[in-house]
Amino acid sequence: MPLALESGILRIAYKLLVNDRAKFAALLVGITFAVFLMIEMTSLFAGILLRSSATVINIGASIWVMDPSVQTVANTIPLPNSVLDEVRSLPGVKYAVPLYSGSALLRLRDGTYQAANIVGIDDTSLVGSPQMISGNIEDIFAENAFIAIEDSEFYKLESPHIGTEFELNDHRGKIVGLARVASSSLFGIPTLYTTYYRALQYLPNTRFTISYILVEPKTPAAVAAIKAHIASDGYLALTKDEFMSKISKFYMYQTGIGTNMLLMTLISFIVGLSISGQTFYTFILENIDRFGALKAIGAKARELISMILFQATFVAFTGYGFGVGLCALIIWLARAHLPDYAAMITFSNLALAFAMVVIIAAFSSYFGIRRVLLIEPFDIFRG
Amino acid sequence: MAAIEATGINKWFGAGEARTHAVKEVNFEARFGEMLYVVGPSGSGKTTMLSMISGILRPDSGSVRIEGTDIWGLSADALADFRLHKIGFVFQDYHLFPRLSTAENVAIPLILQNRDWDESIAEAERDLEVVGLKNRARLPPVKLSGGEQQRVAIARAIISRPEVMIFDEPTASLDGDTGRNIVQFVREHLLSDKRCIVIVTHDSRIYEFADRILKMEDGKVMGVERSDLDAQ
Repeated sequence: MPLALESGILRIAYKLLVNDRAKFAALLVGITFAVFLMIEMTSLFAGILLRSSATVINIGASIWVMDPSVQTVANTIPLPNSVLDEVRSLPGVKYAVPLYSGSALLRLRDGTYQAANIVGIDDTSLVGSPQMISGNIEDIFAENAFIAIEDSEFYKLESPHIGTEFELNDHRGKIVGLARVASSSLFGIPTLYTTYYRALQYLPNTRFTISYILVEPKTPAAVAAIKAHIASDGYLALTKDEFMSKISKFYMYQTGIGTNMLLMTLISFIVGLSISGQTFYTFILENIDRFGALKAIGAKARELISMILFQATFVAFTGYGFGVGLCALIIWLARAHLPDYAAMITFSNLALAFAMVVIIAAFSSYFGIRRVLLIEPFDIFRG
Repeated sequence: MAAIEATGINKWFGAGEARTHAVKEVNFEARFGEMLYVVGPSGSGKTTMLSMISGILRPDSGSVRIEGTDIWGLSADALADFRLHKIGFVFQDYHLFPRLSTAENVAIPLILQNRDWDESIAEAERDLEVVGLKNRARLPPVKLSGGEQQRVAIARAIISRPEVMIFDEPTASLDGDTGRNIVQFVREHLLSDKRCIVIVTHDSRIYEFADRILKMEDGKVMGVERSDLDAQ
């Protein structure tokens, strides 16, 4: 029994609800399942969006300069070196460095091939370097040196250690350190870091070679001017958050992923709405003559409304709590067994599901309240 | 002062050709200390009349005074409060909540009066003792017999110590002996100088317990008789 039920009428409402165990269970299962599905769907989407921006998050630069046609961090359009020089010359720029981002096929020790992301960071500054777990970042300057990222895809490189060798476009590669990054990539392939110039040596190049230019402004106030200068030259400069937002919008609106997830979330909402709305209305109908009797005895309309609102709210919020708990449990279990599982519960997911549960509660109680207000105590006398 | 005073009450139902004059210019008085029966065949208007005198169905014309208060002159909330404090209802089908305990069912009028929960339950248990059901207080009503459920409904009706009690067909769902016992119990234990009891019934086996019998037919009061005359 909730402690806050000081009002006797709400206590009656509570007992009427929970003592009808079959209906209460049906209501809870309906809402829990709907909340679970809504949060699971939106969490999966949030996880996908986060991973789609993995490189942006992991490199962590303040401003990214790119070709305006770039839609995701993986689909790079190389920039000429002259752009780097020009950006470096801009007032307000503290430093600007090149970044290589591409993919390659590695030949592993057992002779199998494995695709991998190759990130080439600036040789002189090492801006965007990962957090080392073993080995030293300076070892990246050694001959054939690569740093392996120990994320959920690490095992696809046969879980290498320092000294492990592989082949990349007929070049020998050697793991000189292991590191971690904030987020795994979306496409389920492992990541290797090396220097920018080694990346250019090892991988086939187009005429232009810079994937992105990473810029650090002298002050936050300089960002707008830097962006405007770069835009006037026909290129695009985005802050980290803007770039992540651009990538998210691409996946959300141009790939069908967002639409499908939204549809699944809506279906979950409709299922929850239908089950709980119908069950709650049946619950009200089964008690309608008693509500009529309460009216006859002297219950006021607002008291009956508060009873129904309380019942709908209580069951909705309890179901919400169970749904969130179930979703967290499933995601935790999935992550424990499936390293690639990309789901992330965010406050936005929780808020969206909460808003939908409030709508379910409002919808369910609306029809119940309407029915109860329409019952005339005289009908009770008439039988 | 009369407990209930109905003056010229009329009620129509429906519209057009289906319009029915259910209660026609009814005048009557019920006094404190008496048990008044309203009898008549089905469709005679007795339930409609009962609803109007108990503040549940608004008459189309006429007035109803209970203890001198013109109940249909009150606002909806004031009328609900009036019913809660002054009138006790015993419905034909009892209308007890099956998911509440017997004591909780009985305590409902006090809970609606915002009385403390534990005090209300304690008082309900005392009233259940009055109707001989103290050991059934924790059980749900569905575990009780029809006669016991009727007593629970009576306990619920008396818990707020109303001056007027309204019984709708109290013996309709009971066998002959149980019905008689219930009405006898009501007469002996609940009727007092400060209370008026109105019973709608067509069960002639309980007429002997009435002080007066108001006969209705076709929406009209055909006459008021003493029950002992009727019994003879």
